[in-house]
Amino acid sequence: MTDRNEAEPSAEPYVATTTQDTGTPTPDQPDGRRPLTGNMIIQAVTEGHSVVITILAVFVALVIGAVLIVASDPAVLRAWDSFGYAPGTALSATWNSVAAAYSALFEGAIFAPGTISAAFHGGSIAAIFYPLSLTAFEATPLILTGLSVALAFRAGMFNIGAAGQWIGGALVATWLGYAVNLPIVLHAVVCIIGAFIGGAVIGWIVGEIKARTGAHEVILTIMMNYVMYNFLSFLVTSQKLMQAPGQTNAVAPNINSNAFLPHVGGPPPQVGVGFLIALAAAAATAWLLSRSTLGFQFRAVGASPSAARSAGISVERVWVLAFLIAGGLAGLSASTIVQGQTSPLTTTSYGTYGFDGITVALLGRARPLGVVLAGLLFGALNAGGTVMEAATGVPSDVTNVIEALIVLFVAAPPLIRMLFRLRRGGGAGPQAVASKGWSG
Amino acid sequence: MTTLASPVRAPVTISRRYLAAGTFIMLGLIDIFVFGFLAHSGDARFALSLPGASPHLPTIHVPGALTAYVLGAISIGVGILRAVVDLPRWGKRLSIAAVLLCFLLSLLAWADAGNSVGPLQVVDLLQGTLTASIPLVLGALAGLLGERSGVINIAIEGQLLTGAFVAAAVASVTGGVWLGLIGGSLAGGLVGALLAIFAIMFLVDQIIVGVVLNVIALGLTNYLYQRVMSPYAATFNAGNTFSTLKIPVLGNIPIIGPVFFDANIFLYITYALILVIQIALFRTRWGLRVRAVGEHPVAADTVGIRVRWTRYRNVILGGLVAGIGGAYLTVGSVGFFTSDISSGFGYIALAAMIFGRWTPLGSVAAALLFGFSFQLQTELSILRVPVSSFILLMAPYVATIIAVAGLVGRVRPPAADGQPYVKA
Repeated sequence: MTDRNEAEPSAEPYVATTTQDTGTPTPDQPDGRRPLTGNMIIQAVTEGHSVVITILAVFVALVIGAVLIVASDPAVLRAWDSFGYAPGTALSATWNSVAAAYSALFEGAIFAPGTISAAFHGGSIAAIFYPLSLTAFEATPLILTGLSVALAFRAGMFNIGAAGQWIGGALVATWLGYAVNLPIVLHAVVCIIGAFIGGAVIGWIVGEIKARTGAHEVILTIMMNYVMYNFLSFLVTSQKLMQAPGQTNAVAPNINSNAFLPHVGGPPPQVGVGFLIALAAAAATAWLLSRSTLGFQFRAVGASPSAARSAGISVERVWVLAFLIAGGLAGLSASTIVQGQTSPLTTTSYGTYGFDGITVALLGRARPLGVVLAGLLFGALNAGGTVMEAATGVPSDVTNVIEALIVLFVAAPPLIRMLFRLRRGGGAGPQAVASKGWSG
Repeated sequence: MTTLASPVRAPVTISRRYLAAGTFIMLGLIDIFVFGFLAHSGDARFALSLPGASPHLPTIHVPGALTAYVLGAISIGVGILRAVVDLPRWGKRLSIAAVLLCFLLSLLAWADAGNSVGPLQVVDLLQGTLTASIPLVLGALAGLLGERSGVINIAIEGQLLTGAFVAAAVASVTGGVWLGLIGGSLAGGLVGALLAIFAIMFLVDQIIVGVVLNVIALGLTNYLYQRVMSPYAATFNAGNTFSTLKIPVLGNIPIIGPVFFDANIFLYITYALILVIQIALFRTRWGLRVRAVGEHPVAADTVGIRVRWTRYRNVILGGLVAGIGGAYLTVGSVGFFTSDISSGFGYIALAAMIFGRWTPLGSVAAALLFGFSFQLQTELSILRVPVSSFILLMAPYVATIIAVAGLVGRVRPPAADGQPYVKA
């Protein structure tokens, strides 16, 4: 079987590869990315540089989202029924529908113009930043699960198991949170470390099985997710185990207030310490991947396991360690939720953080900085979606569709190039990193 | 194979023969020391007919603890036999089946021994197993069609979900359940077509497209459900369902009749699809070509098989099949669409397909295992058995991990699975 890289030597990666798109790698640009300066910007736009592709992908996804909003709005549909004799009404109804939804989305995620004028008239200045703090709050767990998936991507593996690892972290953090009594800062720190370890153990199991037997991590992680969903339900429905005393609902005890992650000013939800943890984790992951020996080994295995093996790198060890750290990052994501909110752990606490992590990592091209930005974008869409639903009645699920569409379009640059009639750049072409059958 | 696809296997120090024998004996010991010792005194009762059925079979009474002891002894016996005698291939399979059956029966004997709620409804258990397996079987067949031609289909979940949504909506609007079934199937096919276009034309990583399509399907159906379907439920979510169709003579056979021949059309469609796909894949020229494309596309191309076309066709066909499975979830059972109605069945179907080693019959067996564990959990909660159902629900997933880890024989995917084909 020919490797994809051999089939298309000048392929443009859209995620997680160490070899990069165009240009010659230079020592001060270890990943060989062409800097985006001067007249190169024009070239980048016409040739569809990855940043341009991303922006266009967001645009196309928003357009499709708008179509969805309009096509399901009864008022707009009524107006279109009379398009024949009142075309203006139909068009303005369409515009109003989209504008109302998207401006509510913007106001919920970035800032609401009303709060600025209110601030001049004796209102709260902090209110201006409230939407942004919501965005950061929503982005926190996504960045961490995104980092988890991204790290595995860089080592050439697909981590669909962030949800299961999240639960592993949540269980340990919750248990440490209510069963142990410690002083205020120390308790929170212990819980965070516990969450990392809890997630790491679940990740390690997958990595270890993969390294020992060659089983594919995708199926292992999917199965591990279901094992963990049921394990969580098992624990929080048993009075002898983790169910809150006297409760009949499937809910764990509240954690000790000493273990809460404090908020940086203002009433919750505000930017909490959780967001700082996410940023620190991103920085640590970036350092690990680009500056440490271990990270170099990760990337080497991700680029070509056989070459890495020839170079004396233990591929199995990399698989195990990459999954261990990825699991730990997903566990940290759980810590920010379990310790960041007042509501205790339930059987549905894991939400969609695991799968959102995949989309965040893909959009962030498996780079820590990209993951942070992608996490913020998705956090903004989620935060704005809630406000949009409250203000206009458009269900916030439309933002999930928009997010997934962005990823789909980013993953298929040829489609975006086709839509916008961009030239194919020097090294432009489709390429995928995780493309390998089940047996890898 | 790709460079990555040369898995590193730990040297198996104990030969598989003794591993199997040891497992059998261990299961036998569990039968005796867990289920036997912990069983309440009293009889375990197994009702062989549904209440009010005719002809009515008697309810079997067996002493709970003793049954578990005997079954455990049989398992240990089989284990010793396995270790001493080198059984032929069919013998090995038979021994696995026998030990599993013993394990299961002793579990049931333990669960129902001295139970005051009532006898275990055997027919209900088996019926439920089959109906719970329908979406899993169809999903697994969908995955199989794609993967045998070399395209990984993780989007089964999305195909089930859109199939369920469209089937409910179409059946509700038109009032025709058959139109709902067709609509659901086509919707699944559409998701399959999207997967094919992105995977084959744009060469996007197949697992990534699959995952993303699942997210889109979930978001889109949730959105439309809340925005359109739920507010106008009388129009879009009226809850039309197929009625049951009892096969004339076969349906009257005790036990077998109500389990296999007294269900709605989806069960019969599933039988037909299993049969057709099994035969088509392994006994026809079409199937040979599909498998050739999945194993070695370059060679297939050389002899004139159109690789990309085969893949498009198979992935879309798979989508159509999964769409029927989705339609089952609404028009085939509850009628109404609810948010995330497929609740991960697509991923379980994927596991069933892998567990079943990419063969239709194997996938069916694996899907039945999953379906059985779902239904057993329901039955045990009816009997108020004091065992956490979640431990039971965990079992098939752990079994799948063990299976893919190669502990019960090698699991080998089609060689070109997941590899896009680019003409040199």
